[in-house]
Amino acid sequence: MMSLRILLSCLLLLLVPAISSASPKQDIAIRGGTVHTMAKQADGSWAAAIENGVVLIQDGKISAVGSASTVEIPDGTRVIEAAVVTPGLIDSRSVVGLAGWLNYDHDQDQLERSAPMQPELDPRDAYNVREPLIEWVRSLGVTTLHTGHAPGQLISGQTFIVKTRGDNVDQAVLKPDGMVVCTLGSSGFGNDGKSPGTRAKQMAMLRQEFIKAQTYLDKQAAAETDEEKDPPARDLRKEVMAKVLNRELPLMITAHGSVDIQNVLRLQRELGIRVVLEGASECYDFIEELKQQKISVIIHPTMMRASGKGKNASMETAEKLVAAGIQVAMGSGYESYVPKTRVVLWEAAIACAYGCSFADALGLITASSAELLGISDRVGSLEVGKDGDVALYDGDPFEYTTHCIGTIIEGVVVSDQTR
Amino acid sequence: MFSESDAWRRGRAITHVLILIIIGSTSSLLADSTAYIGALVMPVSGPAIEDGVLVVRDGKIESVGARSDVVIPSGATQIDCSGKTIIPGLICTHSHIGMGGGGDGSDPIQPECWTLDSINVRAASFERARAGGLTLVNQMPGSGHLISGRTTYLKLRRGGKIDDLLIKDADGWPMGGLKMANGTNSQRSAPFPGTRAKSASLVREAYIKAQEYQAKIEKAVDDPDKMPERDLRLEALVEALEGKRIVHHHTHRHDDILTVLRLRDEFGFQVVLHHVSDAWKVADEIAAAGAPCSIIVIDSPGGKLEARDIRMENGVVLENAGVNVSFHTDDWITDSRLFLRSAALGVRAGMSRAGALRALTLSGAEMLGLDERTGSLEPGKDADFAILDGDPFSVYTQVQETWVEGVQVFDRSNPEHLLFAVGGRGAGDDQTYQCCGERGGK
Repeated sequence: MMSLRILLSCLLLLLVPAISSASPKQDIAIRGGTVHTMAKQADGSWAAAIENGVVLIQDGKISAVGSASTVEIPDGTRVIEAAVVTPGLIDSRSVVGLAGWLNYDHDQDQLERSAPMQPELDPRDAYNVREPLIEWVRSLGVTTLHTGHAPGQLISGQTFIVKTRGDNVDQAVLKPDGMVVCTLGSSGFGNDGKSPGTRAKQMAMLRQEFIKAQTYLDKQAAAETDEEKDPPARDLRKEVMAKVLNRELPLMITAHGSVDIQNVLRLQRELGIRVVLEGASECYDFIEELKQQKISVIIHPTMMRASGKGKNASMETAEKLVAAGIQVAMGSGYESYVPKTRVVLWEAAIACAYGCSFADALGLITASSAELLGISDRVGSLEVGKDGDVALYDGDPFEYTTHCIGTIIEGVVVSDQTR
Repeated sequence: MFSESDAWRRGRAITHVLILIIIGSTSSLLADSTAYIGALVMPVSGPAIEDGVLVVRDGKIESVGARSDVVIPSGATQIDCSGKTIIPGLICTHSHIGMGGGGDGSDPIQPECWTLDSINVRAASFERARAGGLTLVNQMPGSGHLISGRTTYLKLRRGGKIDDLLIKDADGWPMGGLKMANGTNSQRSAPFPGTRAKSASLVREAYIKAQEYQAKIEKAVDDPDKMPERDLRLEALVEALEGKRIVHHHTHRHDDILTVLRLRDEFGFQVVLHHVSDAWKVADEIAAAGAPCSIIVIDSPGGKLEARDIRMENGVVLENAGVNVSFHTDDWITDSRLFLRSAALGVRAGMSRAGALRALTLSGAEMLGLDERTGSLEPGKDADFAILDGDPFSVYTQVQETWVEGVQVFDRSNPEHLLFAVGGRGAGDDQTYQCCGERGGK
């Protein structure tokens, strides 16, 4: 199996040059009236925006960023102008690509309901790279999606990270390993009376599953040291759960209510695993605990419906988490009806109107999001060496009446609509 | 035994007497006027007024104009509004706050059902609507029926019971429209229609019966013995036929929109087209028909097949075609607290700012037949307005205060009100008088 994987990697390497030559990756210089680099200074604070700045993208990577007077634009470089420039936006929790816009059975692959725990489900097998919602969010500045299986089962599968481009899933993938998706609370209860039907049952089932994964790991270890012992039969489900136990993959737990968030905190303490709390509409009551246990939060979209599990949601939660120093990003979450996806640009805008500073709000969907997702070596800020992923606007990106006028991924203009 | 309507009328007569007594005893208090001074006043019925003054007396607007033109009555309470913006209270032509419902699953056509029998006016969603600057909503039943029931027009006055919020017509009757729908929402298993043609056919049959009922009543004018037994179902349809009850019609696809207009022409009811996802495809036809449109702004297209082609440009396309446009929240589809945002996104897509503000206010009032009472800041109209701290179409602007008929119903500086505006622990708790779990589920 391992050799097959290596073989596949080699094949991919052969394919990559062909793909890049197919897409026009021209050197681009972006002149921005205001360039929000979202770079951080040594003390961790946001670097000031550059007025009259230039972002130079060569061979898909950012090769220079600075004021127009300091960055020399080589001859033959395509120059694009915009009033305001930001890094390409990152939606830190989406289901787009698995969930399609039509909301009919044939385009809804985000949730398998046949069993409560199926961590083996790999989003690469379900991601529709030609889904119109991808084009929609791309035209509103989104260049990176952390997407995959939806909340709605105790463990519904995995997520991965893609760029909003490509004609096939391999061209889109930025990071094939994302997180394992877990849902606590009533929205993770089983269908048609199936377990789990209570919160206590959810926790019991999770604990038992992790015990099984630990046994699987123990057997593997025993086989390695003792030739007499056979390794356990390969089990995709246990393999994934073992990665969570080994802290290779984070468990992203969608939880909203007070009881469910307490269960997240307890589970993390019991197992010592990496946990990312997602949704978290009532997490404002547990800020100290989250900080102490170093749990990152992908906060619900600010405009989450104020009913059901979001009935006590606050538009100020993102600001409270940022102020407490908790690692926080914002995702569009999962929508079962309309809008079929939210747009993180607009969700961060409301967070900005409700307490977040401009940079902190923009950080929720750029640099902070990249850090939380472990992709900040590639994306999230406009700094030399990072991918040339940029969003362009004709004014303050958060203003309702401002338009996104262009989106660039690795030096390729992937949207030039005014939207 | 007196009929239901007799009981209603008797109750109404008593109410009238009570109102007269109340007005008589408090007229000296109510006679005091309040002047809101120094704001940018956007009356909608006319150009914006810098350094404007709005004078309110007895719940009505007494005068509006520039500070230099308006005489502030002596003894008036003066409220400094400099730096603020005053706009008419927002009107949502299609809302589900309080979760009032119409018909049940027994029949696709149930015009006898009335949302006012099911609305919880103590729901948190009412508080959120006030926080969003709304002063008037058309509370609609759902779209899962061809005719799901009668809608209820509600002023967002503070009150613990539905009667406190009703709008009455000249005869004292609670006002509302009739909710109809076509397309896929109302196509279900029998007895509901399974196709579009069947949907239209069932509606035709219902209105033909209503015409017959109407004819019988007319014949019985001189001969009471021939008066048919009262039929609540047909009564509401006759009211629609007579233009006394405006039809609010859910419709998305271009051909469904034209079907609504065809049925309207066949039977002569007055219609407002709601949602109209495909409006941009048939804007000229809608304009030629003179049908107003109540539109929604959704953050991404789709969610269902027939809303696949919805565009943010619907507002500007309809505006340019000469169609009267209003926005609606469809709350909980979109949040009433952010209703201004819907129009702002309309502006983003090309709509004029004046047109977008009108679409949140006066156009909505027109579509509910209430524009003589509200929808703009004009002398004689109800003092329904919102005070903002900035440009109505900026994300950074917040609604500071909402006033209905001269009474403040939302004040951002009041922590109890702020909780509903922002959210947080307790913000979602309805002061419910309905039992738990009524909506079922988890």
